Amino acid sequence: MSADPVPDLPPGVDDGTLLQKPVDRREALGLLMAGLAAGAAAASACTPLNASTPEQRELKLLEWQEFTQKHYRRMTEAERAETIQRLERLAKIRHNEDATIATTDAQPGVLFGYAFNVSKCKGYRRCVEACINENNLDRHQDTQYIRIFEMENGVVNLDEADPTYQHEVPLEGHFYLGTQCFQCANPPCVPVCPVGATWQEPDGIVVIDYNWCVGCRACMAACPYWARRFNWSAPDVPPEEVNPNQHYLGNRDRKKGCVEKCTFCIHRTREGRLPACAEACPTGARVFGNLLDPDSEIRWVLAHKTVFRLKEELGTEPRFWYFSD
Amino acid sequence: MHIRPFLAQALRSVTSGDRTYHLWMGSLTAIMLLGGYAYIVQAEHGLIVTGMNNHVSWGLYISNMAFLVGVAAAAVILVLPAYILHDVDFSRAVLIAEGVAVSALVMCLGFVMANSPGYPWKWWRLTPVIGLLNWPDSMLAWDVIMLNGYLVLNLAIPLYILYSHYTGHEPSKKKYVPLIYVSVVWAVSIHLVTAFLFAGLPARPFWNSALLGPRFLASAFTAGPAFMILLLGFIRSHSKYDIPDVAIQKLATATTVAAQANLVMLLSEVIYEFYQPTHHSMSARYLFFGLGEHNALVPWIRTGILLNIGATFTLMIHPLRHNMRVLMAACAVLFFGIWVEKGIGLVIPGFIPSPLGEIVEYTPTWVELCVTAGIWAMGLFVLTILVRVALPIELGEARSPFLEQPPAPRATRPRAAPRQYDNVRRARSR
Repeated sequence: MSADPVPDLPPGVDDGTLLQKPVDRREALGLLMAGLAAGAAAASACTPLNASTPEQRELKLLEWQEFTQKHYRRMTEAERAETIQRLERLAKIRHNEDATIATTDAQPGVLFGYAFNVSKCKGYRRCVEACINENNLDRHQDTQYIRIFEMENGVVNLDEADPTYQHEVPLEGHFYLGTQCFQCANPPCVPVCPVGATWQEPDGIVVIDYNWCVGCRACMAACPYWARRFNWSAPDVPPEEVNPNQHYLGNRDRKKGCVEKCTFCIHRTREGRLPACAEACPTGARVFGNLLDPDSEIRWVLAHKTVFRLKEELGTEPRFWYFSD
Repeated sequence: MHIRPFLAQALRSVTSGDRTYHLWMGSLTAIMLLGGYAYIVQAEHGLIVTGMNNHVSWGLYISNMAFLVGVAAAAVILVLPAYILHDVDFSRAVLIAEGVAVSALVMCLGFVMANSPGYPWKWWRLTPVIGLLNWPDSMLAWDVIMLNGYLVLNLAIPLYILYSHYTGHEPSKKKYVPLIYVSVVWAVSIHLVTAFLFAGLPARPFWNSALLGPRFLASAFTAGPAFMILLLGFIRSHSKYDIPDVAIQKLATATTVAAQANLVMLLSEVIYEFYQPTHHSMSARYLFFGLGEHNALVPWIRTGILLNIGATFTLMIHPLRHNMRVLMAACAVLFFGIWVEKGIGLVIPGFIPSPLGEIVEYTPTWVELCVTAGIWAMGLFVLTILVRVALPIELGEARSPFLEQPPAPRATRPRAAPRQYDNVRRARSR
């Protein structure tokens, strides 16, 4: 009882498994519902109608399947593999990029934490730049996950800080404090989502299923640290600058109308590497590691330095600490 | 067997009318088309064509939604006395109130859709079983349930009553009274839940207040009945459907009480924010006084509050409230004043400054203004249709042709004696 109006297999689709996938009741209902809705919207990009060339037909079909795909956390292993294959193919068709999208799960015994040395940061914003390149952030809207606040010595007040400074750094008599998503242990952004498109992984990273997000932006209103960004238009990354090393929950291709945020470079850190911002920092102000490993640098900082966190009174328990030498 | 003539009758009612009527519906259609065009632009390019941004991530759409949920909830002011307390004075006005609720809800859902970029069909993911409704955690999930449920209730009850009248039956109380009880609780709940959507966010101190829920109710029970007085006043002067003076006056009293309560809550918020201002008062400072050169909302909120105070005090003076013209003018002013206070003055300043202290102001673009106008036109269009269908049936002019003996038209209630306060005023002015 498939409700999917699947056209004939267009030439050029080498993998027939995409088309022969079994459709269970839930999926069929989903397809039916979506079909009704999509039908109402004439010239919708989701229906495989009006497609002339084989490539266009394939694109329409893949987009349709993308539109009706399940929530990431409800997918079986096989469905995940199929989804990844589809997304990689879509990235190829849409942007001619050869992306590899991982679905690496959280590693057992790992809980990520971050510490930021306020006295070492000189405000060079190399981390911001590295983040943009690493995470394929939209160049058109100038999306940035990291914000560096320039503050006068003697004042710790973000209201009076300058996050948009454009001058030579470091500025005499000033210090610098960087923010990004703090991957709170008690994240206020997660429960507000009406469709459960954002959640916390066992290693502490708060992630978003970009395909499931409906774009209501309730999470942006709920975040006390202004960590979330919205795709107000279709993101634009020059093909030659795309980072092909991607993760489903991280830096893969986003579409307009979904929310995104820092994931501590999930595609790197789950492979045992540092986040791009920590690696790019020329002053060593950024310390990243596994909070469950007693020999990690982050544990050393927490044990030996006076640390503080932003807005402790909200009870969000950020896994991001500040300290000074 | 009466369904087809009922539908045919409904179609006749909405398609026939004088020139003014067609002009009205034509204008609404034109505005809806303009809104539709703007919506397509927004769907094509994304919300980048609106004034919203990563700092002010909700704007005119959610503002209007919050306001209109209140208008919808206010139907309870008539539903409760008419059906549960058996107040006969409201028996005719109540169907109109339910029509207002339905059209306000249509607008609310329209604004929720417009706020999400271009893919209304994405919302299938909210459907339980095939999608994932994050209930009971998410306040927005609650709101979706509440709005849709209230829409169904307010369609079902009047439809059942109208259909019964059309087919010459007395509606069975066993069938609809339980629904009425549900709808009374539901009405209060929809607006409280909408308030909790904001009040539940510690990230935004401007909204994170226990007073927000009660204040939403007070302003809703001001703006909603104010609109109904305007509408009922119009209906009774332009049709044979007579709404007794006493019903309008009772509504006016309710509006006045709610408007007073709203002012009391406004005062306590002002004292709370400004007696000893803290870091958490920044948004209120931005709203009422501006922060440095950033003061886009100051003229709006000051005008809105002055209008509210003026209209409330006017309504508190009995002779003025009993004068229909003054009453209508005060209600129009209140409706607009509450829209400014709650629409513009509540949602937007919550985002300014941002949680990290950055100040980015918000100005809606033409796309947002057109979509907003289009959705309002859609609501008025729906309201007009509902009223046009209901009136002939309630007047007894429309009855099912299958009835053997059409019942006599329901007697129209005689108008109350000339209003004494008018006489008093006239005597004084002489």
